[in-house]
Amino acid sequence: MAEDLQAAGFGLYVHWPFCQAKCPYCDFNSHVSATVDQSRWQAALLRNLEVEAARIGPRRLDTIFFGGGTPSLMDPALVGAVIDAATSHFAPAEDIEITLEANPTSVEAGRFRGYAAAGVNRISMGVQALNDADLKALGRLHSAAEARAAFDIARGLFDRVSFDLIYARQNQTRDAWRTELGEALTMAVDHLSLYQLTIEDGTRFGDLHARGRLRGLPPDTLSADMYHDTQDICAAAGLPAYEVSNHARPGAESRHNLIYWRYGDYLGIGPGAHGRLSAGGTRRAEAALRAPGAWLDAVESTGRAVADEMELSPEDCADEYLMMAMRLREGVELDRLDALRGAPLDDRVLRDLEEMGFIGRSNARLWATDTGRPVLNAILRELMLDRVA
Amino acid sequence: MTELSQIRNFSIVAHIDHGKSTLADRLIQSTGTVQDREMKEQLLDSMDIERERGITIKAQTVRIDYRAADGQDYVLNLIDTPGHVDFAYEVSRSMKAVEGSLLVVDASQGVEAQTLANVYQAIEADHEIVPVLNKIDLPAAEPERVKEQIEDVIGIDASDAVEISAKTGLGIGDVLEAIVTRLPAPKGNADAPLKAMLVDSWYDAYLGVVVLVRVMDGVLKKSDRIRMMQTGAVYPVDRVGVFKPGMLPVDRLGPGELGFLTASIKQVRDTRVGDTITHEKKGAETPLPGFQPAQPVVFCGLFPVDSAEFEDLRDAIEKLALNDASFSYEMETSAALGFGFRCGFLGLLHLEVIRDRLEREYGIDLITTAPSVIYHVYKTDGTMIEMHNPADMPEAVHVDRIEEPRIKATILVPDDYLGDVLKLCQDRRGIQLDLTYAGSRAMVVYDLPLNEVVFDFYDRLKSVTKGYASFDYQMIGYAQDQLVKMQILVNDEPVDALSVMVHRARAEARGRVMCAKLKELIPQHMFKIPIQAAIGGRIIARETISALRKDVTAKCYGGDVTRKKKLLEKQKAGKKKMRQFGRVEIPQSAFINALKMDE
Ligand SMILES: Nc1nc2c(ncn2[C@@H]2O[C@H](COP(=O)(O)OP(=O)(O)O)[C@@H](O)[C@H]2O)c(=O)[nH]1
Ligand SMILES: C[S@@+](CC[C@H](N)C(=O)[O-])C[C@H]1O[C@@H](n2cnc3c(N)ncnc32)[C@H](O)[C@@H]1O
Ligand code: SF4
Ligand SMILES: [Mg+2]
Repeated sequence: MAEDLQAAGFGLYVHWPFCQAKCPYCDFNSHVSATVDQSRWQAALLRNLEVEAARIGPRRLDTIFFGGGTPSLMDPALVGAVIDAATSHFAPAEDIEITLEANPTSVEAGRFRGYAAAGVNRISMGVQALNDADLKALGRLHSAAEARAAFDIARGLFDRVSFDLIYARQNQTRDAWRTELGEALTMAVDHLSLYQLTIEDGTRFGDLHARGRLRGLPPDTLSADMYHDTQDICAAAGLPAYEVSNHARPGAESRHNLIYWRYGDYLGIGPGAHGRLSAGGTRRAEAALRAPGAWLDAVESTGRAVADEMELSPEDCADEYLMMAMRLREGVELDRLDALRGAPLDDRVLRDLEEMGFIGRSNARLWATDTGRPVLNAILRELMLDRVA
Repeated sequence: MTELSQIRNFSIVAHIDHGKSTLADRLIQSTGTVQDREMKEQLLDSMDIERERGITIKAQTVRIDYRAADGQDYVLNLIDTPGHVDFAYEVSRSMKAVEGSLLVVDASQGVEAQTLANVYQAIEADHEIVPVLNKIDLPAAEPERVKEQIEDVIGIDASDAVEISAKTGLGIGDVLEAIVTRLPAPKGNADAPLKAMLVDSWYDAYLGVVVLVRVMDGVLKKSDRIRMMQTGAVYPVDRVGVFKPGMLPVDRLGPGELGFLTASIKQVRDTRVGDTITHEKKGAETPLPGFQPAQPVVFCGLFPVDSAEFEDLRDAIEKLALNDASFSYEMETSAALGFGFRCGFLGLLHLEVIRDRLEREYGIDLITTAPSVIYHVYKTDGTMIEMHNPADMPEAVHVDRIEEPRIKATILVPDDYLGDVLKLCQDRRGIQLDLTYAGSRAMVVYDLPLNEVVFDFYDRLKSVTKGYASFDYQMIGYAQDQLVKMQILVNDEPVDALSVMVHRARAEARGRVMCAKLKELIPQHMFKIPIQAAIGGRIIARETISALRKDVTAKCYGGDVTRKKKLLEKQKAGKKKMRQFGRVEIPQSAFINALKMDE
């Protein structure tokens, strides 16, 4: 089982928990802080990385991902130091993918050259919308023109550039989205993340929604139509979905994110980062302290900042694998899944889902179809293990 | 044993929330019957559910020792009775065990429907009645107006009404004096053969069956051998005692006294409320006039959500029934729900109380099917069946006619809402019997079919009158009407637990509402689900639950797995609370909620 779990690769996630402003929809671990002492953070991130790397032992490192928050607020020197440390603790794969999430303001675009020099080879940019009124409604600090400019700069500097859009927004029509998506596709990209707006508890939108004050959200029927439009339009443009919300030209997929979805191993560094690490036939789940101050203090005094750490049972792993891999067009490997669950999936349930057109299967694999992916949670509820509540 | 002249037995009658329990607490407290530190709010409401809902369900008694202004010591026996209409029967039998009543009326609210219903029972039991105006501490209190109202509406003299605040304790001494000076002492003869009325009985985990008695004649002692005159059963008495309000053993109970006995009686069902208890030897010749046992009027099926819990449900129901003779049950099988019980109740509150206790005290999740009344189905072969489950309805060709139970409902309502109340009663096939005014309140009396009331009439009444109406009813008999059985089909399969009897003229409207309700209550599935209402083979209403089109998490990266997995596991556990009908999962709450009509 150990080899099996490690077979899907190994990635490093680095969380930068600061942003310039908090977007009203966002429930990521991000904080607005007037001053951030970057050298102090650099020391702590490096120390944390060193301690965790020593614990894990040698591994081949396939990817690094700087996520946030807003990692494009980091000093390029800090980014470089983390990359250097990571690639000295772990042996980097020859074709290591190093991604940084960037917000497309002009200030941040100014740092792109530095990131490229530090070793970043892929940029994922939070464009979110291509018109100013909607950007404003989403609480974004950049204009559409600024985003396009930042995107062009990035394209000149990095081999691979992707961007994110949020759709099924307030008052967005099906036609407006089709047009906007068409424009995005003409920007000659090879990777797009297209997320339907999710109202999360504990955000400004979440509060408004709970009080019935968030108007113009699309009903499920409309957002379902928008989802299907998105699949069709992207597929026709040569960027089929390889995951529920992610589209790429074949070969241009985010390798870091594929590690998550193929349920590989990853180490998380920084506040609130999660990890899944397997060794000796078992798999551990780890989560770091979320509050930046607490994380910093803990790391400075002990080198670690663990909030939660537990060994996952094979059944837990089976459910997590199923949840993650069914998001992918390629689906799950049945042998691997069965070995984890200890028993094959209920054939009657599978036949039922197959007859309704929600899943497909071969001898080796099981996947959600284009019809099934938009109702994946319903499929998962059928397939996940029964537990005593 | 206490001299007859020193005893006063009384009950308190009041509309709910007018302060009956608070007054009882004050009487107990101010006489030192209970030490202050033992005083919990609402001493007499002992069961949890009663405490939570603030209602009294079983009759309870307490003996209060009181030294009056005349310097003499008195024994005051209070019976606290349930206020809710479902338990009106308990009120009437408790009334027969005492000689007087305190009529408590909230001075800021005035007379309400339950005030009327309960006071009429006191009058019927020949009670001396002392009006008590409570809550005079409230700025909105209008004692003079309420006195007038008592005189106008009830027709008793209210000029000497005692004005109190049970909350602050104001006037409690006057109430105690009024009990001693205005209520009659009981009558009886200590030398005559024993005649004791069996007022109530219940099961106690330590003592077994406890019997509440009122001695009329003779003396009841520990070790006596007693005979139940109706059942003929003979028992040696283990203990006699009184409630203060805890159980306190005494040597004997004489005429006029209220207390308890235990006698190794196995089940509450072995005792008959209203029976006369006498001695085995030299006993009384003629029993006291008895009363009719309470009859269940509302029936429904109770099924475990998890069919593996059937045996647990059986145990729990049997245990509850030991302590509640007014609740009936028999096994039932339903095509859709499997094994369960058909249970009979005194009313909807009684149903809810029993269901809550089964779920709470015994931890069993239940599906409750549509409540039904008892229909008299006359068949073409001249026979009649008493049907309380639509599943038992004979085929239409064999049915000559159907009769249903009707009630006389009394509703008091402020003028402003009268129109809404009349419309509600009319919609429920009511026939107006009376409409009078008492001040700015109207009193409406309607003849209504019980099946239109049983379900959500009271809720609807509260909602159309913003809680200002009060309501009470009594059964008046059976009458024929055009009744049909309506079935509900979910995904083309009939769900027998959703079948209801309806009036032909109302069937289509009911069917439409039920289908629309079910459409809301049944979650979307991965396929579309037709929901239909049918009479015989004819579809009279239809809705479709469209297939689920979107249920997916837009983003799920490394850090999100744990949280999203918990969510899915919770949803999955939620599905377990549903019952599977063919391929459709119906939530347990849907069975009852489908019947609610928010016209
Ligand atoms: N202001 C005021 N409130 C009272 C008085 N007596 C009772 N209450 C309140 O009225 C509510 C109902 O009282 P309760 O004794 O439970 O009424 P029951 O339903 O008749 O037993 C409770 O919230 C009491 O605290 C009183 O004299 N004055
Ligand atoms: C870590 S977040 C933000 C990265 C970066 N700070 C930014 O805002 O561009 C990654 C992406 O998740 C998406 N996202 C965040 N919250 C979302 C929500 N509530 N609904 C849909 N998409 C969301 C946005 O497209 C965002 O770019
Ligand atoms: S969406 Fe990006 S910029 Fe906005 S608060 Fe979240 S992490 Fe920060
Ligand atoms: Mg009470």
